[in-house]
Amino acid sequence: MATVRVQREDFDPGAEAEALARGRTDVGAVVSFVGHCRDEDGWLAALELEHYPGMAEEEIARAAAEAEARWPLLGATIIHRHGRIAPGERIVLVAVAAEHRGAAFAAAEMLMDYLKTRAPFWKRAIRRDGSVEGWIESKKDDDRSAARWSAAG
Amino acid sequence: MKALYFAWVRERVGAAEEELDPPPTVKTVGDLVAWLRERGEGYAHAFDKPAAVRAALDRVHARSDASIKGVKEVAFFPPMTGG
Repeated sequence: MATVRVQREDFDPGAEAEALARGRTDVGAVVSFVGHCRDEDGWLAALELEHYPGMAEEEIARAAAEAEARWPLLGATIIHRHGRIAPGERIVLVAVAAEHRGAAFAAAEMLMDYLKTRAPFWKRAIRRDGSVEGWIESKKDDDRSAARWSAAG
Repeated sequence: MKALYFAWVRERVGAAEEELDPPPTVKTVGDLVAWLRERGEGYAHAFDKPAAVRAALDRVHARSDASIKGVKEVAFFPPMTGG
């Protein structure tokens, strides 16, 4: 049921969120989250996102299936970009529709936690002088955040 | 089987993908890592701390004790940093 897209191009978050409810009268809540690239106090010129084509889409779809098994969702759209992304640009969208807001908020949060820790993407930071800062390290906070969902389940 | 490497694992190994033909004694992901480490400096560097490298078998996350029997595609990569 979920729409999953892994793409180089930007997306329109408003249109994606709106599409989940268009023409429907059963959707009472649409929650959307958009992750942007930060400039890290000015030194960062861009992020380069590498991904594992095929597995990235499949892993996100598995996370969406888990969310759908857990909450009564009426739709979900997950878009993750790859390639070079500059500060201010969008990286990721999670939009979830449900009858009530509780399920929509919770599912969106779980999906973001899973994207951070399980979807095969890797960020590399490029400095303003053009040099490569290096691969961004995974955060323990993200692991703890993701672990909440399996511990509770 | 086909092996894929991503991010700094790819950089250290010096290849994005290659064909592997491990001996029959190599039964698990962990065995494969130990076998790969013997293939040269780049591999030894990439798998210097085996716990820091994640693996997927046929595009599904796998632990080091997972069997590689019948697997067509194995991938090694650092912990994910998407989102």
